[in-house]
Amino acid sequence: MPAILDARGLCKRFGAVTAANEVSAAIEKDTVVGLIGTNGAGKTTFINMITGYLKPERGAIEYEGRDITALPPREITRLGICRSFQIPQLYGSLSVWENMMVGIGIVLANAGQGGFFARGRIWDTRPVPGYGRPAAEVAEHILERFGLADYRHRNAQVLPGGVRKLLDIALTMVAKPRLLLLDEPTSGVSAQEKFGIMQMVLEAVRAEGATVLFVEHDMEVVSRFAQRVLAFYDGRIIADAAPEVALADPEVRRHVVGRARAAHA
Amino acid sequence: MVLVALLTGGLFLPQWAMFIVTIAFAKALVALGLMILLRAGLISFGQALYYCLGAYAAGALGRFLGIADIFVQMLAGAAAAGIAAFILGFLLAKYRGIFFGLLSLALSMILYGLLVKNETLGSTDGFNILPSTLFGTRPGPAWVRYAVLASAAVVSLGLALVVHRYLRTPLGRLAPAIKDNEIRVEYMGASARYAVHVIYVVAAVLAGVGGALAATTVGHIDPDMAFWTTSGEFIFITILAGTGSVVAPFAGALIYEIIHTTAYDLSPNTWQLSLGAALLIIIVFLPQGLWSLVSKMSTRYARHP
Repeated sequence: MPAILDARGLCKRFGAVTAANEVSAAIEKDTVVGLIGTNGAGKTTFINMITGYLKPERGAIEYEGRDITALPPREITRLGICRSFQIPQLYGSLSVWENMMVGIGIVLANAGQGGFFARGRIWDTRPVPGYGRPAAEVAEHILERFGLADYRHRNAQVLPGGVRKLLDIALTMVAKPRLLLLDEPTSGVSAQEKFGIMQMVLEAVRAEGATVLFVEHDMEVVSRFAQRVLAFYDGRIIADAAPEVALADPEVRRHVVGRARAAHA
Repeated sequence: MVLVALLTGGLFLPQWAMFIVTIAFAKALVALGLMILLRAGLISFGQALYYCLGAYAAGALGRFLGIADIFVQMLAGAAAAGIAAFILGFLLAKYRGIFFGLLSLALSMILYGLLVKNETLGSTDGFNILPSTLFGTRPGPAWVRYAVLASAAVVSLGLALVVHRYLRTPLGRLAPAIKDNEIRVEYMGASARYAVHVIYVVAAVLAGVGGALAATTVGHIDPDMAFWTTSGEFIFITILAGTGSVVAPFAGALIYEIIHTTAYDLSPNTWQLSLGAALLIIIVFLPQGLWSLVSKMSTRYARHP
């Protein structure tokens, strides 16, 4: 299978802390990959380097055969890599519906559909790239898939934590990402709801054809939803295999799984 | 329809009231620009920079080229302000919050300083503007005020419509998002800095037209148009009006001018006191500005027709 993303020898240090030490990984198209590791192991640094928030000191990142190492976040987003955040990044003073519309407006403008000054009727007539349907239908479709339709008139600021999390992911979908990076999609969600939410998110995302990388601390969620696991420890990838193999690896058990269990106990 | 009402209504106004309404139009255009900046979370304490540039561009046309056509003056004001804002925007679009506000204030005070030192442009005294003409004709003395008022109404209405449209464009919708969360804006694939730059230029163009209009209405310009208290006046109007609609700045500016004129008439030495009291009352009782009264009434009417 062709690799959609190919990271080679990424290094990044913050003072004395090595957040990435020769990190290499090729992600195949149409897979769901789980990133595990204790806090500070380098998972979010990895995501931040892919999305252009951090520049690696050494190494290169190729996406669909194109070098994206030096690009800023917005350029990388335009190429089809989107991300959600550990702490949801929403437009707090706007309604759920307006949150979606802002995103769709950016997508329309970037696609050259009249640019930022397009007349008001573009919302009703122009098809949103990737979806081929007008803005309202696309927003409706995405909100429906994420179970957010009932919240459309609510302000993003006053939504419950789990719903904010879902909206954060739903927002990324308006750009129809080909590679989606989810940073702890189920953190702050109760243990009983985790599986349901993860199921819904992955179904919605996979239906649009996105390859998924997700950071997760709950090993049960990882083993159930990931097809492949990258285990991080001390800025390195110490295991890269199918979940049952990776989670049984002695080094992973010592540095990652054991600690996660201890933290849960 | 609004235009016809304004134009016929204007015919019956006494001369002094025409002056107030025209100046209100000029200041409302500046406030309209402040409103779209405010929607993106930016307060400019230096919008007088573009107001003054617009006025001096209009004045310079008459002084050096002998052109006094109202519409050419407004175009010149728009162009001068737009070009200056485009250049300064590269610096300002990087800043937010108090830094943006104070930097814009500093820039307007630089213009003030330059004008005060410039003898060709009349230094602190400024200079007089040629009597306004309209498409090459010079209206009779009884009609000059009305001609300026009518031109102001036409241009203001046109620009208000443009801004109203703008609020529904992707950029118009992006502005509140920039105010809320710039990180998300970048990660959705838009450049917040570019958007702020564009909004800043649009606001400056509006202020430039307002400045040119004020110049031709008053017939005289001086460096005080760039002084920081002038910028304060525009912020006053914007807060008084609220940001609910493009009509708000016009209503706000008119009410401001009426309070200003009445207060000055009643007590020439303490008129600022009355203005301050009016603003205090608005801030305490209508924190969203006067326009919130209108939107409240319209929602109430929608519920109980």
